[in-house]
Amino acid sequence: MNYVILSITAIACILPLINVLAISFSSSSAAAAGYVKLWPVDFTVASYKFALTKHEFVDGFWVSLQRVVLGYAISIAVSILIAYPLSKEKQVLRSRNYYAWFFIVTMLFHGGLIPTYMTIKSVGMLDTIWALVLPSAVSVFNVILLMNFFRELPKEIEEAANIDGAGHWRTLWSIYLPLSKPAVATITLFIVVFHWNSWFDGLIYMNSTSNYPLQSYLQTIIINVDPSTAATNDLLDMSAISDRTFKAAQVFLAALPILLVYPFLQKYFMKGLVMGSVKG
Amino acid sequence: MGNKLKTLPLHLMLLPGVILTLVFSYIPIMGIVIAFQKFVPSKGIFNSKWIGFDNFRYMLDMPNFSSVLWNTIFIAVLKIVAGLIIPIIFALLLNEVSGAFFKRTIQTTIYFPYFLSWVILGGILIDILSPSSGIVNQFLGWFGVKPVFFLGDDKWFPYTLVITDTWKGFGYGTIVYLAALTGIDQSLYEAATVDGASRWKQMLNVTLPGMLPIITLMTVLSLGNVLNAGFEQVFNLYSPMVYSTGDIIDTFVYRLGLVEAQYGVATAVGLFKSVISLVLIVVSNRLANRYAGYRIF
Repeated sequence: MNYVILSITAIACILPLINVLAISFSSSSAAAAGYVKLWPVDFTVASYKFALTKHEFVDGFWVSLQRVVLGYAISIAVSILIAYPLSKEKQVLRSRNYYAWFFIVTMLFHGGLIPTYMTIKSVGMLDTIWALVLPSAVSVFNVILLMNFFRELPKEIEEAANIDGAGHWRTLWSIYLPLSKPAVATITLFIVVFHWNSWFDGLIYMNSTSNYPLQSYLQTIIINVDPSTAATNDLLDMSAISDRTFKAAQVFLAALPILLVYPFLQKYFMKGLVMGSVKG
Repeated sequence: MGNKLKTLPLHLMLLPGVILTLVFSYIPIMGIVIAFQKFVPSKGIFNSKWIGFDNFRYMLDMPNFSSVLWNTIFIAVLKIVAGLIIPIIFALLLNEVSGAFFKRTIQTTIYFPYFLSWVILGGILIDILSPSSGIVNQFLGWFGVKPVFFLGDDKWFPYTLVITDTWKGFGYGTIVYLAALTGIDQSLYEAATVDGASRWKQMLNVTLPGMLPIITLMTVLSLGNVLNAGFEQVFNLYSPMVYSTGDIIDTFVYRLGLVEAQYGVATAVGLFKSVISLVLIVVSNRLANRYAGYRIF
């Protein structure tokens, strides 16, 4: 009985994706007529060809890629550089708790949409990739995760390195980081998935659509039907129009990177999740 | 002197993070003052007129504000309840299963939707829930159910939100509970077996009590989310047809602020939400400390 319930639910979790995949490989007439279930009807890759030659899609993909690389590099560096000093005892870094609270406050309270937008605007980052990678660079959650991991490393190794003349930079680079691979891997994955999936910041901080990351672009074409013109009938028809297969192909292509790395990431995520949520 | 030199590298390490946080977190927090101003962008924060609590009064007098507040709480509470109960049930079911491969496959599958963005999931859901060609309505059609416009019918919309949100997130919760289950002392089960307890009795008397601390913790922590009904999801799934039941504070602030350019009022609404959320988080932290012995900060 257990097996049945679990299997059915698990299937329900991926069936929608399979359905969309099948639609993306079907002919548009079969898709529009609603013939496609879980297997393509009149197999064709036309919608994929169309997506990969559509320059908005390719541009968006490229912006997303840049964003992931740049955003990851900045975010991981900053997170490690915050976590290391905060993992020290108060005796070592006397102002430790002031720094800790400085960061924690931002977890509890933030300015909200309008003041944040105005800040990004006033520092001149609108329409640049910096608006996508800098505001999210410090993730306090990731810092806490790393910091807790650093704290559990044996103190003796550090002391030995100290006696051998290693300073803080050297200790961090040659001792802490090599020992912290699981934690670093976990937050690496958190950061990469975060950047790949973000869409709202692209939507509001980018003035020209050519700077949209992939997910922001998809948001505007797949989901956003202009509220002022959308009548009930339009929405009803929305899924019946001929570009149903095209949309499905794009959705699938955007999910593909996650789909490809997911099996490898999964075990780290689980470990990271457990580290982050059930400490002590 | 010697000590100063030793800690200087530590301060240097913190510097980039401090600067980024000052600029992107603290400056926006100070920007909240426009909630108390008749803010005009061309005049800026320093020259706009102060109007005290007028924006808040205006907010409370808006005819749709109370329904937005109600929608937010209604959707958020349903999500919290479903998001607590379903992962517990799943963790219990999975825990009773013995095959390691089956277990891992199920975990991997149910965890997967969690990693897709709401844009991707929105695209998928709009398609599969479509009343004319969506696979869900076709399936319901086999049982003689008339097509339901899940995303366009204001009666159905809140429940569609709750179900799809649970669908996306319950794998995550399940793993947290499974981790807690592995921490239960195995000898308790052996003792129960010796006393002749069935698997069902074992679950009631060993497994559930063993999970109680983490259940309490998760329940208390979810308290802080009573005003978070999920901006990303609602924004990607709603339409003017379902504003009456689906509009939540965050989407309301978005339209008021960025679409209608009522900066002061939008910030006031956002501040209202932040303050209540902050109070709830502080209260839940206290409760978590008292009932689960857990402190987040």
